[in-house]
Amino acid sequence: MATIASSPRDVRPTTPAPAPPPPGARRAARFRETLAAYCTLGPNLVLVTVFLLVPLVMAVVLSFQYSTGLASLTWAGLANYRQLAGDPVFWRTVLNTAVFCVATVPVEMALGLGIALLFNKVMPARPLWRTLVYLPMVISGVATALIGTLMFDQNIGLLNKLLATLGLPAAPWQTSGSAAMASVVLITLWMRIGFNMVIYLAGLQGISPEMYEAAEVEGAGPWQRLRNITVPLLGPSTFFLLIMNVIYSFQVFDTVYVMTLGGPGHATDVMITYAYRNGFEGRQQGYAAAIGIVLYVIVMIFTALQWRFSRNRDTVG
Amino acid sequence: MAAAVIIGLAMALPLFWMILVAFSPIADLHTSQLRFWPSAPTLDNFRRVFRLPVGTWAMNSTVITCLVVLITVSCNLLAGYAFAKMRFRGRNLIFLLLLSTMTVPVQVLMVPQFKLVSAMGMFGSFWAVIVPASSTAFGVFLARQFMLGIPDEVIEAARMDGAGQLRTFFTVVLPLCKPLIAVLSLLTFLYQWNDFAWPLTVLKDERLYTLAVGMQFVNGQYTADYGAIMALALLSVLPMVVLFLCFQKYFVQGFARSGIK
Repeated sequence: MATIASSPRDVRPTTPAPAPPPPGARRAARFRETLAAYCTLGPNLVLVTVFLLVPLVMAVVLSFQYSTGLASLTWAGLANYRQLAGDPVFWRTVLNTAVFCVATVPVEMALGLGIALLFNKVMPARPLWRTLVYLPMVISGVATALIGTLMFDQNIGLLNKLLATLGLPAAPWQTSGSAAMASVVLITLWMRIGFNMVIYLAGLQGISPEMYEAAEVEGAGPWQRLRNITVPLLGPSTFFLLIMNVIYSFQVFDTVYVMTLGGPGHATDVMITYAYRNGFEGRQQGYAAAIGIVLYVIVMIFTALQWRFSRNRDTVG
Repeated sequence: MAAAVIIGLAMALPLFWMILVAFSPIADLHTSQLRFWPSAPTLDNFRRVFRLPVGTWAMNSTVITCLVVLITVSCNLLAGYAFAKMRFRGRNLIFLLLLSTMTVPVQVLMVPQFKLVSAMGMFGSFWAVIVPASSTAFGVFLARQFMLGIPDEVIEAARMDGAGQLRTFFTVVLPLCKPLIAVLSLLTFLYQWNDFAWPLTVLKDERLYTLAVGMQFVNGQYTADYGAIMALALLSVLPMVVLFLCFQKYFVQGFARSGIK
């Protein structure tokens, strides 16, 4: 805090203005408030402009350029995008990203809601069970991925040992593409269910018990109460979670990078890991930027659609 | 109840396994039988890990994370105050612009950010991690939402008593924002302590690595030495878990609050 107090951006408007101020003084007061506001916003605004907005524009420009050598770039027009369209690995990563989203988002939301409903009831040791569910939230993606590597190791991992104890054959977590994808999905679910549960728990706390009492008096069973009261009233939480989960799943990086490096082959390669490897390992910066922009556009379209859809539903329902 | 126990145990299993392997002799891993207790508890795995500059990495993570928290939270609080309590030209436009940066995938920006940081001569230094990480919109959004709840009368009263904008901010608004400050600090701390991709990209000197980057380094160096890898993972997870258990209420509030639209 001290750094801010002594920062040169400090402005101390000379208020208060004496009662009924003449119009000129009022304009001056407005001006002072605007000035103070911009000075207060200043630090954040500078950081966001320099490190978020400018890079976004740069990324768009870069996606129309070729890297030739280490530092020099030449204009390439749409060549990167044309190359993308004909790149089978890129299409594979698009498919994998979609598969990853479809396999994670609905499941983590359904499980999150189910567990929230369960843990919203009174039961012994409830804080302990809740804590166990959201503890993985605070563990880094890298640590999570390393734990995943240990759990899913084909020869000495816990899961294959469990399968062996049950007399089942070992699963090819590292050599088969679909099993590798399953391992990344499972570890993501473990990591993200807690977040979904927390948001749903908060949502559940906002529903007044009288609603349920009234429904019960009218003879609604538990399933009807869930369908007609709980789920609709959790709409805002669901909307928020859907957007957050999809954005997260589109951008999954740590777990894939550490657990599988996109392999075997390109079976678990997602758009982000492909972009990262192109940009930083392959030095194909323009190409990497093009992949990034495609991803950004997909996320934006999705968010906009969700926005429209939820607004329509609100007005219709 | 039975369901709660099953869910709890399933969620705890990976963490339990990490701890178990960290304290087990290597031989335990390579037997085909399931063991839920080390055959001979050992600290060997930790000894192997401490041959690497783990202490330095932990120190680096601490310094970087604390600075990011300090800068980010200060900026967020100031900006949130302006958006919530001041009237000025361009307020809605700037706020929208800020919100629109929230859906940009971080990785899309990485190559340009990398170029910027290099051009500014920060590449390879802690500042290359700290400064870009401190530019966020999410915290501003949270701060604004919280401060909207502070009654205008409180602020007007302070102004009547002759306090300027900044004085009002520091003596009236900030003391009311303690829960907000706690939530913002914890979430920023969590995010930064765990961040991997960006530090991995801009830190090249092994001695400047953060714990997260160091972990991946160990993973590459000690391939399949799960004992050492899990010992280090445990060390990196421990501070966050302790912090979480101490401030669980604020953490959960922070996550829950992020869902309130």
